[in-house]
This record gives sequence, C-alpha cells and structure tokens, in this order.
Amino acid sequence: MKRQPVLSVEDLSVSFRMYDTGLEQADLQVISNLTLDVCPGEIVAIAGSSGSGKSLLAHAVMGLLPGNASVTGKILYKGMLLSQKEKEKLRGKEIALVPQSVSYLDPLMTVGAQVTGRTPDEKTLKAQKEIFQRFHLKEGTEKLYPFQLSGGMARRILVSTAVLSNAQIILADEPTPGLDLEMAVEALKIFRELADEGKSVLLITHDIDLAFHIADRVAVFYAGTTVEIADAEDFQKGPKALRHPYSKALWEALPQNGFKPIPGFQPYAKDLPKGCLFSPRCPYKTEECEKEIPMTKVRGGYVRCIHAD
Amino acid sequence: MKNKYYLKFTGKYLLRVVTLLIAVSVVSFILVSLSPVDPVQQYVGAVPNVSVEQRAKIAEYWGLNDPPVQRFLAWAGSVLHGDFGVSLLYRRPVLDIIAEKFTASLALMMTAWLFSGILGFGTGCAMGMFHGKWPDKILKKLCLVMCSIPTFWIGIVFLMVFSVGLGWFPMGMSVPQGVPAEKVTILQRIHHLILPALTLSFLSFANVALHTREKLVDVLESDYVLFAEARGETKWSVLKRHGFRNILLPAVTMQFGSFSELFGGSVLAENVFSYPGLGAAASAAGMNSDVPLLLGITLFSALFVFAGNMLANIIYGIVDPQIREGYRNE
Ligand SMILES: Nc1ncnc2c1ncn2[C@@H]1O[C@H](COP(=O)(O)OP(=O)(O)O)[C@@H](O)[C@H]1O
Ligand code: SF4
Ligand SMILES: [Mg+2]
Repeated sequence: MKRQPVLSVEDLSVSFRMYDTGLEQADLQVISNLTLDVCPGEIVAIAGSSGSGKSLLAHAVMGLLPGNASVTGKILYKGMLLSQKEKEKLRGKEIALVPQSVSYLDPLMTVGAQVTGRTPDEKTLKAQKEIFQRFHLKEGTEKLYPFQLSGGMARRILVSTAVLSNAQIILADEPTPGLDLEMAVEALKIFRELADEGKSVLLITHDIDLAFHIADRVAVFYAGTTVEIADAEDFQKGPKALRHPYSKALWEALPQNGFKPIPGFQPYAKDLPKGCLFSPRCPYKTEECEKEIPMTKVRGGYVRCIHAD
Repeated sequence: MKNKYYLKFTGKYLLRVVTLLIAVSVVSFILVSLSPVDPVQQYVGAVPNVSVEQRAKIAEYWGLNDPPVQRFLAWAGSVLHGDFGVSLLYRRPVLDIIAEKFTASLALMMTAWLFSGILGFGTGCAMGMFHGKWPDKILKKLCLVMCSIPTFWIGIVFLMVFSVGLGWFPMGMSVPQGVPAEKVTILQRIHHLILPALTLSFLSFANVALHTREKLVDVLESDYVLFAEARGETKWSVLKRHGFRNILLPAVTMQFGSFSELFGGSVLAENVFSYPGLGAAASAAGMNSDVPLLLGITLFSALFVFAGNMLANIIYGIVDPQIREGYRNE
C-alpha cells in the first residue's frame, strides 16, 4: 500500500499534570511514543486492554484533551501538521468521533437535535432518516431523550452521527459493545462500506476477532504505546504470523484460541518500567530490553521488540 | 390517565402540606409555652398600677391557666375556623397584620430574590466559563468572602456608608416619615427598598453564583460537552445549547428552594432597616410574647417555604424530560 496516509500520528506522547497530596506535582505519562497512520479506504483496528490509551489517542487527534494534558509529537492530516486551532476546525467536518457510551449524549436534549446539529437543512434531515433506517432505528427515535434509549440504540445513534457528518476520518471508540452479534456485524459492515467509499476508519474495539475480519490493519496498544502494527491477515493466521510477544499473548487469550490469560498486569502510568513497557511480563526479556525500544519493520509489519524476527 | 395523575399529584401535596402545618403548629406551640417571657407582663407593659387581680383576670381571659393541651386545642380549633386570634402587640386580627406586613415584605423579598437569582446566575456562568483563569479566581474569592459576611453586619455597613455617610438612601422604614400613606410615590417606595433588598440578596447572591459555577464546570467537563465539541460545536454554541440547558434546572430549583433562607434573612434585614415587614413583625412578636401573632407568622412562613419547594418540584417536572416522562408513565 503506497498511498499517502490521511492521518498520521508520529511519536505522540501525552502526559497529565497531576497534583499528588499537597503541592507535589507529578507528570503522568499515559501515551508514550505512539506511531500510527491510516490511509484512505482503510480500516485500522486498535486493540489493547482497557487503560492502554485508546480513547486518549482519539481525543488527542481531535484536540479534545483536558487542560492539564501536555502533548508532544506530531499529528498530520493529509501531510499537514495540525495545530490545536486546526483540529478544532476539522472536527465534526473532516474528523468525526464515535464516542464510547451514552454518557456522551446530552441528557436534556433529544437525540435528533444532537445528531443533526444546530440548524439542520432538509438534506441533513433526510440523510438522518435514511441512516436511522439503515440502523433499524424506528421512526420517532429522533424525538427520544438519551435516558429512553437502550444500550444498543444509543450505540447505533452514536455511530450514525459520524456517518451523517460525512467526515473523511472516523474515529470509532468501541462502537460494538452492547450490540448483539447481528447488530455488531451490521455496524462493522457500515464502517467497511464507508472505508470502501474512500473514508478512513480508526476502529477501537474489544471485539478483536470481529475486527480482524473487517479491518485492513491492526494496531496493538500496550500501556500507551503501539507494540505492533500489522496486516489483519496476520492476526487471523495466529501467533506464528505475529511479531510481538504481547500480540501473540492477546491472540492466545481469545476464547476460541484457548482463553489463555497472560500473567501479570499492564503497568500503571505512574510507574512505567524502563525500556520495553512489556518487559515485566515478557518471557523473552533480556538486559537489552531495558533500553529504549524503537519500532522496527519485521516481515512487512512494525513491531516494538528487539527480539522479534 | 392524565387527570388521574394530576389528582394523585395534588393529593400528595395536600397531604404533605397538612402534615407539615400540624407538625409546625405543635412544635411552635410547645416552644412558645416554654418561653420564659410572661405575656401578661408584656401586654400590660409600661402601664403602671395594674393590680394583681387585673393581671389574673387577663390571664384567665386568655386561658393561660388551662393546661397546654387544652390551650392548643382551643387555638387550633379557632384556626380551623379561620380565626387566628388578635395580636397582643398591634391589637388587631393576626390575619390582617400578616396580610399587611407580608405585602411589604414580598416587595423586599422578591426584589432581593430576583436580584440575587439573576445576577448570581450570570456571575456564576462567567466564573464557570473562565474556570481556573484569573476572572474566575477573583470572583470566586469575592463570593467566598461575601458568603461569610453576616446579613445584619453588612446591613449596618450599608446603612453607615450609603445612608449616614453618603446620604444616598433613607435611614430606614419603607416610606418617608410624616407623609400620608396615599401620598407616597412608587419612587419613594423603591428608594426605601434598595438598601434592604441589597442587604438581603448579598448572601444568596454569592451562594447562587458559587453553585452555578460548580454546576457549569461539571457540565463543561462532561462527556456530552466533549462530544458536542467533537461534532464541531464552538465554545459559545456548547454553552448555549448544552451549558444553560443543564445548569438552568438546578439553578431554578435552588432558587425556589431558597425561600426559607429568604425569609430568615428578611427578619435580620428588616430589623436593621426598621422595615415594617413580616420579618420585623416576627421578631417583635417573639420579643413581646405575642403568641397569636407569632404562631400565625410561623404557620404562614411554613406555608411560604412549602410553596417555594412545591414550585421547584413542579418546574423540575416540567423541564426535566426524565421526570416528565416518568410522571407520564406512572
Ligand atoms: N483526564 C485524565 N487525567 C489523568 N489520567 C487520565 C485521564 N484520562 C485518562 N487517563 C488515564 O489514561 C490511561 C488511558 O486511558 P484511556 O485512553 O481512556 O484508556 P482506554 O484504552 O481504555 O480507552 C488510563 O490509565 C487513564 O486512567
Ligand atoms: S523488547 Fe524484550 S521485553 Fe520487550 S517484548 Fe521484546 S523481548 Fe519482550
Ligand atoms: Mg476507552
């Protein structure tokens, strides 16, 4: 794939300024040297356990991080470096977010008013009707308030805001939990269709095995960084085709692959290990692993492990 | 369906107000009975040469020698017939006095109420929008200071500065002295109202502002504001579309729920400014052991506070979709 990425994230680090007890100030590094890109027509799935920084990446791209966050690294849209101001201009128009839960809807405003925005024209209203139909949302759903929605309905409504926005890039933050399998497949199919129309989708998801089937590439997150980025095919093939010990372990932990859990815990941002962030849990760890580990190209994919081959 | 709901709603409130009034009557009657002030002495007051027999006769006439329970029942019985008795202090029917004084107080309380509500809300919004920046920091400190200043003290300061020092406002009362009631102009009334109203709104202004600020900060940090921004809404649009909508409800509820503080504050403010309202009458009745008036005012103020809370609930029900739909489905 030699296309120019629409969105590239280069060496992104995000830390939060926190105040410990008293006036002591600590910087909490939650994303470290993260690198990722997505091309037109492509779905990149992001897999990783909760707390690995998936939502924060999406928020960072849209310039939605809170005031106490400091960001280093680059975020480029069509090759152009994005400042906060430009992010604000692009969001909702070029870049759309599908947020994680119903709490992202204003509890006192009807769903329709939130999906179609301030001053919807005829065309928008018509498009909204069509999209709702496509998602099996009954007529009249737009008049409901968020508390009247079931989890699945809320999820579909959140997805439809992004579809309606006509954005070039869609950042979908776990769009499938709460949907039954059929609906989840339906939602993912819609992302696939959008991608086939030339849009780009960053699909953050827990349903990794579903994602493997509709995504083009998969990025595995661990403790706020990308440990492996590879073709989705490799993830369907299994551990032999994968490169990073954590990706392999993630694969083995899937139900159909034996449900083998990985011992240990993802480190908390407050005490990250030196060098490789996975080293405390890695069976292949050597002294070398305590140095800074770069992303390297191995067998056509990218991996952050010096012992990968 | 709908009628049934309204019936249920009204019934619930009626039941509540009746139990409230009974409880308030009993408690205040007990408190008044425990008062060490002798009403006969207060009644007779400075008049010399009132013999012991005459005093005993007054006590007998008022039924002061009867056991408290009997006295309470007698009083409650006539109240049920709409007779609240005659004020010992003013020597006129209690209800007339309450009506007259409440009119004066209402002007004062409503001015202060609107003043603190509107300005407090506006200031709170400004603080919330500038959350953490210097306008917020300065205003917040100011409000915290205002919160800790007692009403009567600020009233005296206002009097000293604006009436005694600058001479901008009258020293007290609600009308100029020596002018017949029918000749008092509305401007004169307003002129007399300003300082007491400012005093009364002083504390609640700061409370409303701080409360609004907290709420707005919460809302602006909420997920749904984040998502609104993600959809491309500007800061101003977010404030208009989501901010106000979500803070107005708690603000209105708080405002109607503040009738008790309003009434409590009016007692202090009216006393400092010798403003002839219900608050001043309440403390006069207390000081002089004017039991019928005191009980009447107590019941009335309970009703007043209850009305405020009821209005708050009704408004909440109209505005909040969750409650509105909940009622509909009940
Ligand atoms: N505003 C914040 N302040 C401090 N820490 C935060 C904040 N938001 C998120 N984090 C931390 O950043 C890490 C990554 O969060 P997130 O991106 O939400 O994870 P996930 O991969 O589950 O979406 C978590 O450890 C979380 O506690
Ligand atoms: S760099 Fe070392 S510790 Fe990290 S995953 Fe590779 S082998 Fe394991
Ligand atoms: Mg998340």
